[in-house]
Amino acid sequence: MAGHKHPNYMAIFWYLAVLTVIEIGVVFLPFGKFTNGVLLCALAVTKAAMVAMYFMHLRFETRTLGMIAVTPLAIATLLVFVLLPDGFAVAKKTDDSKKVAPPATSKH
Amino acid sequence: MSQALTTHGAAIEPAESPLTPESWGKLGMWMFLAGDAVGFGTLLAGYGAMRATSADWPNPFEVLGINLTAAMTFLLICSSVTMVKALEWLSKGDRSKAKMFLAFTALGGAIFVGLQAYEWTHLIHRGLHINGNPWGATLFGTSFFIITGFHGMHVTAGVFYLLWAISVVSRRPQPQASYNFVEITGLYWHFVDLVWIMVFTFMYLL
Repeated sequence: MAGHKHPNYMAIFWYLAVLTVIEIGVVFLPFGKFTNGVLLCALAVTKAAMVAMYFMHLRFETRTLGMIAVTPLAIATLLVFVLLPDGFAVAKKTDDSKKVAPPATSKH
Repeated sequence: MSQALTTHGAAIEPAESPLTPESWGKLGMWMFLAGDAVGFGTLLAGYGAMRATSADWPNPFEVLGINLTAAMTFLLICSSVTMVKALEWLSKGDRSKAKMFLAFTALGGAIFVGLQAYEWTHLIHRGLHINGNPWGATLFGTSFFIITGFHGMHVTAGVFYLLWAISVVSRRPQPQASYNFVEITGLYWHFVDLVWIMVFTFMYLL
């Protein structure tokens, strides 16, 4: 960060603390899984952005550095959609309840 | 080449300015963190895909509990604040206050790892293993220990990194001479905090 300027770190701390309390509150809201999920993702991204922008000083750096920092987020989001078809190709493949129990008499 | 330039009148490209003019190390750390973020992103994306395609994935909020991890999240946020305070004191030339806040940050990290060890022990006693899960899909146990373990390794490394930063601040003749070093250390530490915000949301709350 050029010039050694420092934002109001305590204000950021209080924002982060309040957002964390809201996050925990959202878990108990009766909005359904989807709405709660969207709310929680939005809160997490907001908190992460605040840490990057102010604690990591990204707001005061060049724009290119910011683009480098955002790229992994885009890749990770893309990866979810890339991986999903693979998982759905074998229906419920991680369901342990359908496992065949070994015979009771088997000895090693 | 120069003849070609003059012949065609092509403009000469202006010299590039470095992305982080004050320190190449800072650019290096950002590059490392971008790569590390892809690592964490891949783990979390894999977690999401496994969970979405599983029939008996337990509700993490119910089986893991969030009281302890919420406190751990708050602790990591506090340690990020002590980290920036250390940098602020260093820019003001107060070496001893900077070292004190760096020590608080390292202490916060060490307590975090201790609480994680406590949580792991507790869950292992209840039957959650890297290859076993009493509440449903086995991969829940696998992904839980791998992702939180990978993050815990980062925190552990961060504590040692912070201790190194304290020794650098002590050794360099002027407090400001270690400013870049501490800022780069801070980038790593805040990244670990940032990743935990994501891990906490995806592995505990969702």
